[in-house]
Amino acid sequence: MSRLITTKRLASNIFTFKQASRTFCNDASTKLNNVPFETQFNKEDEGVTNDVPQHDIAIVGGGMVGMALACSLASMPLTKHLSIAIIDSNPALTNMPSIKKDDPPDPRVSTVTPATISLFKGIGAWEFVEQHRHAYFDKMQVWDYTGFGFTRYNARDADKDVLGCVVENKVLHKSLLSCLQKKDLKKTIYPARLSSMSLPTRSSVSNGSSKSLANLAKLELTDGTNVYAKLVVGSDGNKSRVRELSGIKTTGWNYSQSAVICTVEHPSENSTAWQRFLPAGPIALLPIGNNFSNIVWTMSPKDASNHKIMNQHDFIKAVNHALDSGHGPRPESRILGGDVIPSFFKPNVTSAVNEGFEIPPKVVKVVSERMAFPLSLMHANDYVAKRVVLIGDAAHTVHPLAGQGVNMGYADVAALSNVIGDGVAVGSDIGEVTLLKKYETERKTANIAMMAVLDGFQKAYSVDFGPLNILRAAAFNGANVFAPLKRNIISYASGERSLPFLS
Amino acid sequence: MFSRSLYRLRNLSRHNGRSFYNSSSYFKHSALITAFQPLLHNKPYATTTQHAASTSSLNQTELAKFAAIAESWWDAEGPFKPLHVMNPTRLAFIRSTLCRHFGKDPFSVRPFEGLKFVDVGCGGGILSEPLARMGASVTGIDAVDKNIKIARLHADLDPVASSIEYQCTTAENLVEEQKKFDAVIALEVIEHVADPAEFCKSLSALTVSNGATVISTINRSMRAYATAIVAAEYILHWLPKGTHEWSSFLTPEELVMTLQRASISVEEMAGFAYNPLTGQWSLSDDVGVNFIAFGIKNSE
Repeated sequence: MSRLITTKRLASNIFTFKQASRTFCNDASTKLNNVPFETQFNKEDEGVTNDVPQHDIAIVGGGMVGMALACSLASMPLTKHLSIAIIDSNPALTNMPSIKKDDPPDPRVSTVTPATISLFKGIGAWEFVEQHRHAYFDKMQVWDYTGFGFTRYNARDADKDVLGCVVENKVLHKSLLSCLQKKDLKKTIYPARLSSMSLPTRSSVSNGSSKSLANLAKLELTDGTNVYAKLVVGSDGNKSRVRELSGIKTTGWNYSQSAVICTVEHPSENSTAWQRFLPAGPIALLPIGNNFSNIVWTMSPKDASNHKIMNQHDFIKAVNHALDSGHGPRPESRILGGDVIPSFFKPNVTSAVNEGFEIPPKVVKVVSERMAFPLSLMHANDYVAKRVVLIGDAAHTVHPLAGQGVNMGYADVAALSNVIGDGVAVGSDIGEVTLLKKYETERKTANIAMMAVLDGFQKAYSVDFGPLNILRAAAFNGANVFAPLKRNIISYASGERSLPFLS
Repeated sequence: MFSRSLYRLRNLSRHNGRSFYNSSSYFKHSALITAFQPLLHNKPYATTTQHAASTSSLNQTELAKFAAIAESWWDAEGPFKPLHVMNPTRLAFIRSTLCRHFGKDPFSVRPFEGLKFVDVGCGGGILSEPLARMGASVTGIDAVDKNIKIARLHADLDPVASSIEYQCTTAENLVEEQKKFDAVIALEVIEHVADPAEFCKSLSALTVSNGATVISTINRSMRAYATAIVAAEYILHWLPKGTHEWSSFLTPEELVMTLQRASISVEEMAGFAYNPLTGQWSLSDDVGVNFIAFGIKNSE
């Protein structure tokens, strides 16, 4: 019953036909070897041979996330040899803009978490951030307009020095550029945009004349250049062209809300991140160094355009109204806390569990332009396809509510560069889906959980309904007095834990 | 990155007579891997007697046909997906053991630069190509000429892999030709040969003194019987009945003894574990079903 023909018998068969088979094999390989190789790209420094630029990785979109990936790849022993193309028409990539310390802070800021800070430290970019304006904060106060919900986080609750750091996006970007300049990375910057992309298909591989090119992704740029790469990274934002061209569908919705952002000044220094939930959406006041803070204020699109154009005096009044004086009363700081809670909940006496409500600083001046942009939630159904991977906003766009958007992107960067490094270690083709799926598996779960949390927050506050208000308040206070939960929330928000509320 | 726990020889006996399979997913995937083996390697039963004489030259239709097969063979999302998923784990073992043995920098991109490897039963080249990217001068051999054609076609897509020398031959023939290699690698082959002792002697003869031999196979355990034979052949019909003969499987002890008699001392062994939650394979110390061994050829 066994169909096993013994090796011996096969061996003798082979031996009989040895001559013929040898001829055949040699013939085949000669034939195939006759196909001219247009390139030998590992031998080339810039990955350009015969005017056909070839790279290991093409990063489409040289924004904060794309540049972080380039830096991260350049700083790992197994990936620093890779030849990288960065495709972006932003002139800042080639002629570095200077940032003046005296300029008022730009309204476009990111709240980077400790996890992101350690990524930046790991790739050597944080030292550049520290040369510019940045503001660490160790306290965070979240409360709502009803006066019932209130919670205050202190870095000490989770045995940390800081909860995060607010940095202008242009500082993050420039730091990554400076960091990349110091790296010994084979990189080429293409100052153009992506116009079309063709990925290898079965037919192109089997009948292509230049075989080594046929198996690569081909990018056509707006300036007419064609670039070939083993892996295309889409870091080109929420309207990602890479995502569109690779046919990856998305799921999402608009919140019918807009965010108004600007930089404000107050009389004294601020080192707390403040967030107050209002019926129309949250308003956040984030420290950005000196007496400056950044405002992210969510409201209806109509209100947003009104707030954008109203005179400065009225706007300041509206901001102070939203942050403190308007809507409901200030929370009673010891509504549930203090004496009634068994000491079991309090890990130690120095804990800030019972810290009282504080009044946010008063805004006295607006020092930047006011910008408004619509809010939406979007998630790509897939993060990877053959020779394509999406990172950052190209894969997921969130409500800017907890400043988590860019941190999710940086977590993508860390995960993807590790996966690429692992792939290089075992000799994988870095554009292979099996390899890239590891990145998708790791990040999708974490990103969806974060998006669900943020969306849930947003939804919970978009309804002004008595019982719900009390539920929200109860959840808030629960989070405020129950120390283990609080620690858990802090470490989740710090990016150190991938799933909320699961220890 | 390579700090996975590796199975040490002294623990060998501990894992015998273990319970049946752990979970149905593990079971399914091991069987799946087994199911593909005939297609992946030089398996006599997978060959027809069609031989090279009738196809002494390649015509364009033939080439296109093979290209199509090669593409599905190499399609990571296609029918061979489980093997593609498992492959990095086998390579991680090879990389970590051989880097240590040859004193190579584990953080090097091409640690095997300057070393000659032979991949016995290379199939479509799924192992040969990564080894070439890791710097080795690879010879891939397979007795099935269709496999060699597929491997050649695919390797030519990548300038680095195109340096692989594919030959339609057997280990015994290479011994006759007095070929020697720094490392001889035969993954999922030994359970299909008629005389494992002779096969090991051939592998040993191909290995230079103090060179390395890496072998992976399936354990003759009850668990392997349930996954590789009962399920794959009789329940799921992934394999023709009789593809694998349980009695021809080797236990880790037997493999060690056989290699010892062929002057190869096994230094390290690891099992493959499948995590159904992440869909990833990892190295473990459970050699109950699939396992891999690394040995050193004794200096004469």
